[in-house]
Amino acid sequence: MPNMQKTKTPMPSQDASVRARNWYEVALGYTAEDMANEAARCLNCKNHPCTAGCPVAVNIPGFIKKLAEGKPTEALRVIEETSSLAAICGRVCPQERQCESLCVRGKNGDPVGIGRLERYAADHGVSGISGAKKEKDSGVRVAVIGSGPAGLSCASDLCRMGYEVTVFEALHKAGGVLSYGIPEFRLPKSIVGKQIESLKELGVEFRLDYVVGRTFTVDELFESGYEAIFIGSGAGLPGFMGIPGENAAGVMSANEFLTRINLMKAYREEYDTPIRIPTRAAVVGGGNVAMDAARCAMRLGAEEVSIIYRRSEEEMPARAEEIEHAKEEGIVFRTLQNPVKVNTDEKGNTVSVTVVDMELGEPGPDGRRRPVEKAGSEHDIPCDTLIVAVGTSPNPLLRMTTPGLESDRKGCLTVLEDGVTTTRPGVFAGGDAVSGAATVILAMGAGKKAAKAIDEYLKSKAK
Amino acid sequence: MFRIKEAYPLTDITVYMKIEAPDVAKKAGPGQFIILRADETGERVPFTISEADPAEGTVSIIFQKVGLSTLKLGEKKPGDMIADFVGPLGNVSHLDGYKSACVIGGGLGCAIALPQAKYLSDHGANVDMIAGFRNKDIIILEPQMKSVCDTLTIMTDDGSNGNKGLVTDALKAKIAEGKKYDVVIAIGPPIMMKFVSLLTKEYGIKTIVSLNPIMIDGTGMCGGCRVTVGGERKFACVDGPDFDGHLVDFDELMKRNATYRDIEGECCNLYKMGQQRQSGPSKPSQPEGKES
Repeated sequence: MPNMQKTKTPMPSQDASVRARNWYEVALGYTAEDMANEAARCLNCKNHPCTAGCPVAVNIPGFIKKLAEGKPTEALRVIEETSSLAAICGRVCPQERQCESLCVRGKNGDPVGIGRLERYAADHGVSGISGAKKEKDSGVRVAVIGSGPAGLSCASDLCRMGYEVTVFEALHKAGGVLSYGIPEFRLPKSIVGKQIESLKELGVEFRLDYVVGRTFTVDELFESGYEAIFIGSGAGLPGFMGIPGENAAGVMSANEFLTRINLMKAYREEYDTPIRIPTRAAVVGGGNVAMDAARCAMRLGAEEVSIIYRRSEEEMPARAEEIEHAKEEGIVFRTLQNPVKVNTDEKGNTVSVTVVDMELGEPGPDGRRRPVEKAGSEHDIPCDTLIVAVGTSPNPLLRMTTPGLESDRKGCLTVLEDGVTTTRPGVFAGGDAVSGAATVILAMGAGKKAAKAIDEYLKSKAK
Repeated sequence: MFRIKEAYPLTDITVYMKIEAPDVAKKAGPGQFIILRADETGERVPFTISEADPAEGTVSIIFQKVGLSTLKLGEKKPGDMIADFVGPLGNVSHLDGYKSACVIGGGLGCAIALPQAKYLSDHGANVDMIAGFRNKDIIILEPQMKSVCDTLTIMTDDGSNGNKGLVTDALKAKIAEGKKYDVVIAIGPPIMMKFVSLLTKEYGIKTIVSLNPIMIDGTGMCGGCRVTVGGERKFACVDGPDFDGHLVDFDELMKRNATYRDIEGECCNLYKMGQQRQSGPSKPSQPEGKES
């Protein structure tokens, strides 16, 4: 008999007042009892609508059934049939917009906590990824540029198909945004490391410290024997607001702030990367990255951290759960305010940001109500650190150095109808490099799709 | 991991280091830089390439032991490893087509000005070099610079080499002599590049400067290296590092570069104190009984 409890089994988590000053994971994960209780809420519907909402089509009722039977390893193996990053997706996917939004239980109460269950399977099951390696390599080499979610999922699928895959990463650590962007307290780096290790065991070769477009060009990769190339270089170029004073000391992109913390571990005594401990920090933007930056500033020891967003909370693109967590941790939300100027002391250090109040006007082309300035409403918010999290766009390096690779006005790579074939023969792309900044799971979905397209391309070429 | 092939001091504070990095060496052009991380807990630090030998597979850098990371790097010896070494980053300098150039190096900037002067000389330009140092004890690369230019003028702030003055004084003198340059290349501290650019603007001489701002990834991701050039925001790592000196907002750059100066200074002091303690009782760093 299914458990007809209307609400999701709550996720045990660290108390907000404690976690706001440490870097440990916020959500502690289900206990075996929590898991059993939640798994029993799944009706195992015949046409499993949830799977249709998953960009990588995980057999969701299938893995939940295994969990309900008390077999986390078997559950994990079901997930791994289509996804190689279960521990990551269980933590950072916006399930409320994907699988869970289509769950039948959601029509009358909460949907099944699919993400929480996925995480349980990944944390408690034994991965079988490394065993999925094809006995015999085809000897055909494929290069994957970028080791973020798109690159990892593409590499993993190609490797399972029997290709020899090399992943090129510009930074000194693999994982892309999973390593430099998403903070430890949402996605422990040990988990990212474990998933990358399992791909290595599968046979994927990682070459760190290689900037394709500089160390090698795409053309040189072809010359050196790679027969197809996947570009999963993400959307790493940070946007700025273009307001006076934005280049002052103390103003930085969320990318810089998060990289100093997550990749370079600036918050840890034994690491050399410097970071200024903010007294008052303000973060501009309303997405998940803004929430991450604000919560990091809090954990560094700031006395006050606020989020400045030009629309109302309703329009914030961040996940509801992230907004909730940020508020619980004491982050101040200054909505309907827009920065117009950064003010500095005589040495050029940031001392405050001048904002103007906004009100919501008519809906714009994207359907969201457009914010309009209220005349004469300027006021100053004191801050010594101002973090700009107003979006990112694809890095120009590859399109600058690869003849035949076309992109649109925003710098996103142009792809054919299949969504992954670029304008340069043999070159495929996916994830944020094509879509502009989006989510981990969409990038993974694109990586999978590209692996399939690459396989078809190479097979037709061999004929 | 990348092996250090050679490492030796050029002065008390300046170190020459040659690192085995064949893929970087193959590609490196004048003006480009690398980012290295000395060890697992090190920070990512950019260094302009001073020399690359594709046949040998090595890249050389010259640096001053002025910050925590360069202090630590300076302790490494031939045979030691560097955790990460990535490049070449930034754009290759456009140095073709010049007939008469003045290449100005300030302090450590001479290490970067040298390959630029060499390139220009090799490609048929008449090259005058002007190098500025604080005093004669920290003069580096004098014979090397001499060998790649027509004239070399070395200035010192304190006059200890018998030639007191700033690089701008030397440049002014050259122009007064009637020297005509179609380009001035200035590489050194931002304050020097600022004043060279102000001077050449008066004479309408095209001026190229090489910037080395705060940077983490070197590929356009952090935005730390943003500089205002001609009123526009540019990233030194992907748009530079060379820019038109007449368009760079040097005052803003200098303020941004000072962001971590206090933290850096404190870290260096702590590190040096730790080193002195380790060196044992034979070299007391403090009078006895006054341990701070």
